[in-house]
Amino acid sequence: MKPGQFAYHAPKTVADAVAMLAEVAPQNGRVLAGGQSLVPAMAFRAALPGHLVDINGVVELAHLAADAAVLSIGACTRHAAFHRPVADGPLGPLLSSVVRHIAHYPIRTRGTFCGSVANADPASEWCLVAATLGATMVARSTRGTRRIGAAEFFGGIMSTALADDEILTETHLPLLVAGTRYGFYEFSRRAGDFAIAMALVAYRVEGGVITEPRIGVGAVEDRPRRIAEAEAILRDEAPGAELFRAASEVAAEAVDPIDATPDGQEYKRDVVRAAVRRALERAQGTAHD
Amino acid sequence: MWSVPPCGVPSSERRGQRMTDITEITLTVNGKDYRVRVEPRHTLVDTLRDQCGLTGTHAGCEHGVCGSCTVLVDGDPVRACLMFAVQAQCRQIRTVEGLASGDRLHPLQQSFIDHHGLQCGFCTPGFLMLSTGILERDPDIGDEELLEILSSNLCRCTGYQNIVKAVRAAAAQMRSS
Repeated sequence: MKPGQFAYHAPKTVADAVAMLAEVAPQNGRVLAGGQSLVPAMAFRAALPGHLVDINGVVELAHLAADAAVLSIGACTRHAAFHRPVADGPLGPLLSSVVRHIAHYPIRTRGTFCGSVANADPASEWCLVAATLGATMVARSTRGTRRIGAAEFFGGIMSTALADDEILTETHLPLLVAGTRYGFYEFSRRAGDFAIAMALVAYRVEGGVITEPRIGVGAVEDRPRRIAEAEAILRDEAPGAELFRAASEVAAEAVDPIDATPDGQEYKRDVVRAAVRRALERAQGTAHD
Repeated sequence: MWSVPPCGVPSSERRGQRMTDITEITLTVNGKDYRVRVEPRHTLVDTLRDQCGLTGTHAGCEHGVCGSCTVLVDGDPVRACLMFAVQAQCRQIRTVEGLASGDRLHPLQQSFIDHHGLQCGFCTPGFLMLSTGILERDPDIGDEELLEILSSNLCRCTGYQNIVKAVRAAAAQMRSS
């Protein structure tokens, strides 16, 4: 229950951080941000990094700022930063409604948004947000800067498109236009526990019908993703209980749960059905028109 | 061994240095400086207990679940088992030893006694530091949010009801004084 030996590096700039990581990545060097997933894995000796490049002292990475179109979340932005809305329009309150489901308060004071995205746990709330809203991940290394869309970024359980020498320096979330309705629903057995299933939905209503529907499901497959078949049910239809029920049925059928047993898979589908429907009902509740 | 430079020294001076060796660092705990020798892999909780002699902070699960090791770092409650001691340099660390003033207990400590908020006492330092951090940040915290935050830590004796009562009563007293 004690972490194994490693060499510790504490760069102060992104340039230094990527240079150090390039040097130590071949010797199982890892980035240390909030450490709320990596350090427990090290305590179990499930992770035995030879080097840790601690980016907590890199001031450039502590930013959290929105322009007219995008919220830029720097690598050192903690979960707790989202307890209060950080962006204009519906995105800020959406993130605030999600953050309270992430572990517990003392974890949220240390853990980071980008660290959660880079860790790519299938049950990560921020990974679901990134996949559903179409985030862009910015990866830096000594070889340059890459921008990676959510669809290419998530590669499976704890697996991403990041190379060993790349640091996820920021995540860009598109702002949601005024009038976007959103809803998040997560089911877990205890407060702060990992989700058994969760759903994030967003849509707008124009001329009485739904436009730009997004339905994302997490903690069910090996990565979070949008469920196109369920979104198609909503598109150009008037929002309402029957429509939401139909979309949630389609979502439950469309997912392919990674559970080993048929019973486990059937249970996950049941939870997906409820989570999607309740997220859609919550979205209806955010309507201000 | 080599010493870690004080905070603010440009990283270029530190490039290429390996820190698997034992390193001398300074931790500021309850306003007092402790010069300690640590490996990078030593967690803050182990360093507080073994090097600073501050055994009030308890190590429970050692993987961030139970909250027994909760301390305040720059005012925020954190799991001291999920932070390395080398990361806590130049930070203000507060532990349960810093709550009382001489023989006068902190209102939260007295309230835990008055409301039977502890039995075996193992989780108590963690609950006290979690509650201290929360009430200092938000003295008027609502009941629902307080419950959500107290769910962060595990207690196997009290069933939580008395802990909730104790924190509510202390919050009321701290607001009025």
